[in-house]
Amino acid sequence: MFKSVHEKPGKASDMTVLVNGVEIGAWNGETVASVLLRAPGAGRGSTVSRTPRLPYCQMGVCFECLVIVDGNASMQGCLVPVAPGMRIESQHGPREISK
Amino acid sequence: MHVDVIIIGAGVVGAALAYGMALKGKHVIVLDGADRDPRAARANFGLVWVQGKGSDAPAYSALTRQSSDLWPGFRHELSKIAADRIDYERPGGLVYCLSETEYAHRAAINERTHNQGAQADTEMIERGALEHMLPAVGLGPDVVGASYCKLDGHVNPLQLLAALHRAVLVLGGRIEFRSPVKAISPVSGGFRVIGPHGELQAPRVVVAAGLATPALTEPLGLAMPMKSERGQILVTERIAPILPFPGSGLRQSADGTVMIGATNEKIADTSVTAASATKLAQRATRIIPALGSARLVRQWAGLRVLPLDKTPIYAESTDYPGLFAAACHSGVTLAAVHAAVIAPAMGGSHLPEDLAAFSNGRFNVQKCA
Repeated sequence: MFKSVHEKPGKASDMTVLVNGVEIGAWNGETVASVLLRAPGAGRGSTVSRTPRLPYCQMGVCFECLVIVDGNASMQGCLVPVAPGMRIESQHGPREISK
Repeated sequence: MHVDVIIIGAGVVGAALAYGMALKGKHVIVLDGADRDPRAARANFGLVWVQGKGSDAPAYSALTRQSSDLWPGFRHELSKIAADRIDYERPGGLVYCLSETEYAHRAAINERTHNQGAQADTEMIERGALEHMLPAVGLGPDVVGASYCKLDGHVNPLQLLAALHRAVLVLGGRIEFRSPVKAISPVSGGFRVIGPHGELQAPRVVVAAGLATPALTEPLGLAMPMKSERGQILVTERIAPILPFPGSGLRQSADGTVMIGATNEKIADTSVTAASATKLAQRATRIIPALGSARLVRQWAGLRVLPLDKTPIYAESTDYPGLFAAACHSGVTLAAVHAAVIAPAMGGSHLPEDLAAFSNGRFNVQKCA
């Protein structure tokens, strides 16, 4: 699992976000995808093959980091900056659009 | 290596012809164009479509139906030989009508097609019945109904193209990419084909080079009258299944993306425009308003290959026996019949008499009259 370069013993993180209900420290300027890379078990199942996925390209093109952010599904985690108290949830399966 | 046939063009037409010939044991070499050439095979919408095709050309309508019926078997065999997945479904297809005028227009097209002898497999569906067919979506207020043809289907066209390429190799053929042909010259016993690959010789040459076809065949007196037409397409993110039927201009792929198409523009470059994106998105959301909340992930343009009367051309040179050319708008729909019928004829004999309606000679009618 990855570790933030900002993480130092005895130094608090800039904020806390929730990943699948578990609090995790995050730093100003980082993205949801970068948080996902150090949150245990925060992968998702591919909507096509159902195989496990983690954020990959970090620049908006591969769509491997799709995630539910504050209730909005299929967000590209690498394009969303973190905010204090943000609720991040793993997305399993494709997004549903309302009727 | 002895070569039976050189096929110029590795798009969906050339590749299906090469595959069909290789199935018959022919040694084929396929020469593909440059990376930046316009590529309808990589830009198209992926319908395997019957309704409306050849409504003014009975032979084309019949050929389309034949190919549509061959498609399930064609896909099964190709998928096995290429050891590759090809997403294909044939649940029937819809053409949505957003006004009484559009509804009446579609009904007239169906009537005309049936009157020329085609079976009545396309029917008009009124709004109420359409709602039952599409339980997962709400239709916009403008939707009057749709035309439904039970023969229609759709395929992932990129998987189709990749499988054809793979199958040609599995069957012992060769494909040379980035090999735009400069010229074809007749030599004793066949033709010499000149390009970056060097010089190749074979007793038969088939030109299936899309919009580049006339420039290769016309110096040898084989006319291939065609024009191009730009089409732009939008695609959404993957969403849960909402559309069980492909539609003209609106289909959900097996992967969940919704494709929205396509424009018809008299423009010869493949750039995209905001105006077309707006137009396409507006029509799609008039059909299914909830699509307004789906994110678009990509927009692209391709150039249709349109024979002047929109009907396919399968031509054989009378001056130079062994020189053939093929061009059509619907290379995906016709892929099955290209592999099963056109390829064996171009690869080893002559074009059969019952394909005369597709010869390039039809364009000379005015001169004869």
